[in-house]
Amino acid sequence: MSLATFVQQLLTGVSLGGAYALIAIGYTMVYGILRLINFAHGDLFMMSGYFMIFAIASMPWFIAIPVAIAGTVLLGIGIEKAAYRPLRRAPRMSVMISAIGVSYLLQNLATYLFTAIPMAYPEIPGLKKILTFGPVTTSLVTILTPILTVVLTIILLQLVGKTKIGMAMRAVSKDTEASRLMGIKVDSTISFTFFVGSLLAAIGALLYFTDRMTVYPFSGSLPGMKCFVAAVLGGIGSIPGAVIGGFIIGISETFIVAFGYSTFSDAFTFILLIIILLVRPTGLFGEAASDKV
Amino acid sequence: MRILKNMIFSSDAKDLGGNVPGGAFSSAGSSAGAGTGAAGTGTSAAGAGTGAGNKPAGGYVPGSDGHAYRKKKDPHTRRNSLLTIIAAAFVICLMAFYQKNAYDHSYAISIIERSAVYVVAAAAMNLVTGFTGLFSLGAAGFMAIGAYTTAVLTIPTEVRANVYYMNGIAPWLENLHMPVAAAMILGGLISAGFAALIGIPVLRLKSDYLAIATLGFSEIIRTILAAPMMDTVTNGSYGLNNIPGFTNIFQPLIIAAICVAAIMLLLHSSYGRAFKAVRDDEVAAEAMGINLFRTKELSFVISSFFMGIAGGMLACFMRSIDTRTFQITMTYNVLLIVVLGGIGSITGSIIGAFLINGGQEWLRFLDEPLTVGGVTIPLFRPGFRMVIYSILLMVVVLFWRRGIMGDKEFSWNHLLGMFHRKKKTEGGAES
Repeated sequence: MSLATFVQQLLTGVSLGGAYALIAIGYTMVYGILRLINFAHGDLFMMSGYFMIFAIASMPWFIAIPVAIAGTVLLGIGIEKAAYRPLRRAPRMSVMISAIGVSYLLQNLATYLFTAIPMAYPEIPGLKKILTFGPVTTSLVTILTPILTVVLTIILLQLVGKTKIGMAMRAVSKDTEASRLMGIKVDSTISFTFFVGSLLAAIGALLYFTDRMTVYPFSGSLPGMKCFVAAVLGGIGSIPGAVIGGFIIGISETFIVAFGYSTFSDAFTFILLIIILLVRPTGLFGEAASDKV
Repeated sequence: MRILKNMIFSSDAKDLGGNVPGGAFSSAGSSAGAGTGAAGTGTSAAGAGTGAGNKPAGGYVPGSDGHAYRKKKDPHTRRNSLLTIIAAAFVICLMAFYQKNAYDHSYAISIIERSAVYVVAAAAMNLVTGFTGLFSLGAAGFMAIGAYTTAVLTIPTEVRANVYYMNGIAPWLENLHMPVAAAMILGGLISAGFAALIGIPVLRLKSDYLAIATLGFSEIIRTILAAPMMDTVTNGSYGLNNIPGFTNIFQPLIIAAICVAAIMLLLHSSYGRAFKAVRDDEVAAEAMGINLFRTKELSFVISSFFMGIAGGMLACFMRSIDTRTFQITMTYNVLLIVVLGGIGSITGSIIGAFLINGGQEWLRFLDEPLTVGGVTIPLFRPGFRMVIYSILLMVVVLFWRRGIMGDKEFSWNHLLGMFHRKKKTEGGAES
């Protein structure tokens, strides 16, 4: 593999990893606060792709993007209100089954509304612009994705670490009951977590689908799983962990495909998951003392 | 047919003997006694439950919730046995009628056969999820192993060249052929062997981590089956076809009945009590001398064995399989049956399997365009059925978490008690 190909693949990997990282943040935040694998998160990401397709068909792109993002955020908060909130005191298995049910519903709904045929994702002006650096050619979106990911992560870390709502989020994830006693509005804090997660998923979808060019009803389920693995890899509950996990999975997947083992690229993610769970269940950046596993 | 009938009769005979008080972890003798009685009725429950979903019926299981304390002898044993026989006879007659007029009723037969496949899969998942408390999402992977083993070994040798026309067939496989039953059991054993290997690392994990790890393994199994290196065995993305199907509606039903009976037998043995103890409180169970890992591993392996059998049945039912059949959706389908029927109720899983498979067909009208008074209602078009179906499932999950049966098994006393209470509004003395 020549250096140029290597750099080319690395860029693709970093870009894919950036999109994964944005979705993984959603998983890690929801898990941190509700102790729930939000199986519907990947499908939310898929729906975001469809929202963009329909938004851009009727309005200019600079309006369409906020509209699509707003749609995704509303859907994400709606899912939490409808499917998770009534089960707040139910056993964890019930909530997880509810999440699986939502995922199933979104997939079926997408198949019904938009048919199972992949739809072309619109091109946002400028994003697909080809850039050439010597022997390496790449598009603007490939460069933009990781930068945007890093910027958003820094903003998010400030939000969680420095603001009042961030403090509430940390309190709820540490001890829900105690934070309720301290006067924190637990339900609205959870809603805010879903708001942030869905927002990042919508931005991730924008970048991911611009690169992939098609959306179909199941295009969210496998990336969703992979991003959950990324969140576990980085240590679930940890935002920088999720971002680094996302980059690791994106880069390794790209290289596995580049070496010609594309059949195994999905299996690799899960093997990585199992190794991590066995060797270091708290992940790379997880808090050590806990009974999570 | 005769076999099924014999089983039901013998089960009723055992019913009387099975009503012995048996302690939770008491001597093997008494729990085994209760076990055989329950297992026998389990069979009849499976047989009777096959009433096309329109008449959920089953056998009476003494002390059905499996608890140790059985306060008094049930006064209705004879009536219940009689009801069981009548229900079973009715079902057998109905099935025989379908079989006789197989040509006219092929649609109903295919629904019943598919339900039988899902009965086994759901009962197996319930064993591990509902009774041992391990939330495993590996069903599709284990079913894939069973299905592929059965398919590879039972495709008639003379048509194999046609099936494998693209990739060629592995030389060792060329003349390896087995009868369907043997292949299914082998499929179950291979699947159980894989489960034993997977279980060693995975069963140390708890709840959601276990779920995601088993789900990952199921995907890995699928990837291996689809891998190019396996092309000469699994035929890669072309899938396998020409699998000999069921020739008779009783075949899948009898297999399902045997599997359910075996699971019921297990659940009423001291092993079954150990599973429930682990589910309810791991620490207490360990303090009582239960080896946690061994118990979990046993439940996981046995469940996977039956998953493998269910996969083999699915291969025979569908007659052509490929790896896309065994995606995560397959696991979700089985899980939803278990949830609808009630987590921790085998008879619930049986009813759930028939309801869901039947229901999917009954809701089929939603996919067809509907015209009322000359106006075509735009909602009705392909895909609408699955939307309604998943909304119904969400409603069950959110508002009816216990499912149809909760964690109770079916019993005539409950069913009749329900009618009784409805008749006499102020009564309700029963149970």
